[in-house]
Amino acid sequence: MTGKNVWIAGTAAPVMIAMLLLFAGSSRVTANDQPSAANAEVKIDNFVFGPDTLTVPVGATVTWTNKDDIPHTTVSTDGVFKSKVMDTDEKFSYTFAKAGTYPYYCTIHPKMTGKVVVQ
Amino acid sequence: MTEKKQDFIDEKLQDLNNDGVDRRGFLKCMAWAGTGLVWTMSGGIPVSRAFAKGGDKGPGQGGDFSFVQISDSHIGFNKPANPDVTATLQTAINKINAMDHTPDFIIHTGDLSQLSKPSEFDTLDQVLKGASAKQIHFVPGEHDMLSDNGEQYLQRYGKGTKGTGWSSFDHKGVHFAGLVNVANLKAGGMGSLGHEQLEWLEDDLKGRSASTPIVLYAHIPLWTIYPEWGWGTDDSEQALSYVKRFGSVTVLNGHIHQIMQKIEGKVSFHTAMSTAFPQPAPGTAPSAGPMKVPADQLQRVLGITDVNYLVSGGSLAIVDSPLGDSGSAASGNGGGSNGS
Repeated sequence: MTGKNVWIAGTAAPVMIAMLLLFAGSSRVTANDQPSAANAEVKIDNFVFGPDTLTVPVGATVTWTNKDDIPHTTVSTDGVFKSKVMDTDEKFSYTFAKAGTYPYYCTIHPKMTGKVVVQ
Repeated sequence: MTEKKQDFIDEKLQDLNNDGVDRRGFLKCMAWAGTGLVWTMSGGIPVSRAFAKGGDKGPGQGGDFSFVQISDSHIGFNKPANPDVTATLQTAINKINAMDHTPDFIIHTGDLSQLSKPSEFDTLDQVLKGASAKQIHFVPGEHDMLSDNGEQYLQRYGKGTKGTGWSSFDHKGVHFAGLVNVANLKAGGMGSLGHEQLEWLEDDLKGRSASTPIVLYAHIPLWTIYPEWGWGTDDSEQALSYVKRFGSVTVLNGHIHQIMQKIEGKVSFHTAMSTAFPQPAPGTAPSAGPMKVPADQLQRVLGITDVNYLVSGGSLAIVDSPLGDSGSAASGNGGGSNGS
């Protein structure tokens, strides 16, 4: 929790400003939406990461859930994060503290690839 | 077997040979699997005979022998279409034990387990212990190297192997090489043998007479069946270049849970059924996940592969048998340990 508070106070400011600029005129965008925007889901279904490209703000926690009958992994191509083997309905979460592009794949089925863009 | 039937089979096999690996040919292969046909490869030309249940004496001459390939046992899997993969593996072993010729050994082409768990390997060991053939050669599938880089697998099944579990051996004049193409897979790629293993294979085959029959076996197919699903091996061409000069090469794989075969020059490629669950034909489903079939159909799409080597022909004959073929499905299914 402490980490999250620090994030809101510090790094979040430029992101929030950017988002407010992007959504200028939209009454739905308020500061209160930030915590929920920081969490995102990737579903693994039919041997596909969905969405295969996910864009999140710095500090976001991404959770992968395996909906297949076959185990999968979520492993950063650059060695940044590495899940354990996820059997059906098992999850893996990772919090992205730095901006950047994070390609990843399933080490069991390497044709399955995806990326998280953190900005 | 009548002459007429033999002619029919010969004709169909020639047809199959001409068709290569297209869908029509593939469907024929599937049909033959159900009828239990022996086909003998000789210089790329198939010579066939029907596999008459009980009438096949198997290897007869001195030096002839047979072995059985089983694959994709996935011990630990418990979802549709097979909640009890241990039972179907047991049925496969019962089927092997009921053959009129005891195979010299068994080759398991990987995915022994579902999640590389010690308890899954323990269960597999228990079932395999009951096989008439005591010698079993293994190569790992990707499911056997999940969380520990294959350490557990290597400790149990990889004694005397090199690298991530590759090895070779000779048996009655035939040279076998078991390859690993499921380790250190790269993002976006398919199966991979890797530089070190390729160098080893080249060296392993060097100096052998071109008349030595060669059997290569590995988990993922060593020919590209369907790249969209990763059903192939990125550097298999390199491996196959080393066997080009040999007169008889048989490549046995698993991974795709269905029979596919292709003949290319003197190399015959073959994939085995699973003992656990079927997978869809390439491109016929959204993904390569387990194919759900009605319970009474399951044993028709699981099976074993019997390979006979006949010295006279200098070639290998491959017979695929579903676990539950006509007449034996019921006893195979409920037989348990009453197989004898």
